[in-house]
Amino acid sequence: MSKQEWPLYEVFIRSKAGLSHRHAGSVHAPDDQMALDNARDTYTRRSEGVSLWVVRSDQIIASDPAENSAFFEPAEDKIYRHPTFYDIPDGVENL
Amino acid sequence: MSNDAAVLAYTLRLADNALILAQCMVELVTAEPELEEELANANFALDYIGQARMLYTYAGELEGKGRSEDDFAFMRDEHEFANLLLLEQPNGHFGDALVRQFLFDAFYVHLLDAITRCSDERLREIAARAVKEVRYHLRHCSQWLVRLGDGTELSHNRVQTSLDYAWRYTGEMFAGDEIDQAINADIDGPDLEAIHGLWRKDVESVVAEATLSLPDDSWMASGGKQGRHTEQLGFLLAEMQYLQRSFPGATW
Repeated sequence: MSKQEWPLYEVFIRSKAGLSHRHAGSVHAPDDQMALDNARDTYTRRSEGVSLWVVRSDQIIASDPAENSAFFEPAEDKIYRHPTFYDIPDGVENL
Repeated sequence: MSNDAAVLAYTLRLADNALILAQCMVELVTAEPELEEELANANFALDYIGQARMLYTYAGELEGKGRSEDDFAFMRDEHEFANLLLLEQPNGHFGDALVRQFLFDAFYVHLLDAITRCSDERLREIAARAVKEVRYHLRHCSQWLVRLGDGTELSHNRVQTSLDYAWRYTGEMFAGDEIDQAINADIDGPDLEAIHGLWRKDVESVVAEATLSLPDDSWMASGGKQGRHTEQLGFLLAEMQYLQRSFPGATW
């Protein structure tokens, strides 16, 4: 019998209430529910989180590295998109 | 039997259950079929070892003769161990080890839950921590049992055989003796008859979802609680205790 690899799942962890889920890594699992168990056992052993998401890696729509120049480089010389041209009045503490 | 003697004996039973199951699971470290399951197994084994340590420490205090957790674990002989026979059974294949843990955890989770309401403060505290760990173990084992039982014809047949074999060791969990009765009466501890009902309901539901058949309650093995063990425990202890027996007090 040839060994079939389990599908890959990406794991996202919310480290505490109010923060967003962040990508932590990936696990293999035979199905969705087991993926949640495996993510729990692999990535939350040292109380890293309060919430877990798993999603099958083949369900993620990713950008194509070959298109990086068209996708990301046009933003590089648009310094006016960074809010650094405003003078903040002295009295404002939090903006 | 005095109240204190019963609590001591009962604490050692709980500790031995946790330690012997942990030792069987430790034997499987590096031998699990998948990396993720490897981590789960080692995590679970460490949970049980942590429970055993807390319980042995408490037993040492109750006994008052200066015995440490290591003395209880490594310097006692087979007949002094009071773990359930189920827990010393060989690991076998993945399904055998899984069924062993499933049947025990389905019992242990209700036992611990009842202990969180007993009148002994230390046992209450230990149980409150342990019950959360065991709830997850039970969830994980139940998921696997369903997948193996409701998986392929091969996995179904193999895990059904595991269940049929292990079943003979489940009667002992609910066969109360004078220590169980004293714990129930004196410190408001678990009522084994009530737990049997809860266990049966949980096991039936997972076994049905796994499309497996519940074995018949025929002959049941017993004796573990009283120190009469199957031959397996001797080999297990020989390996587990070797270092402390050969080099007493060795540390590193």
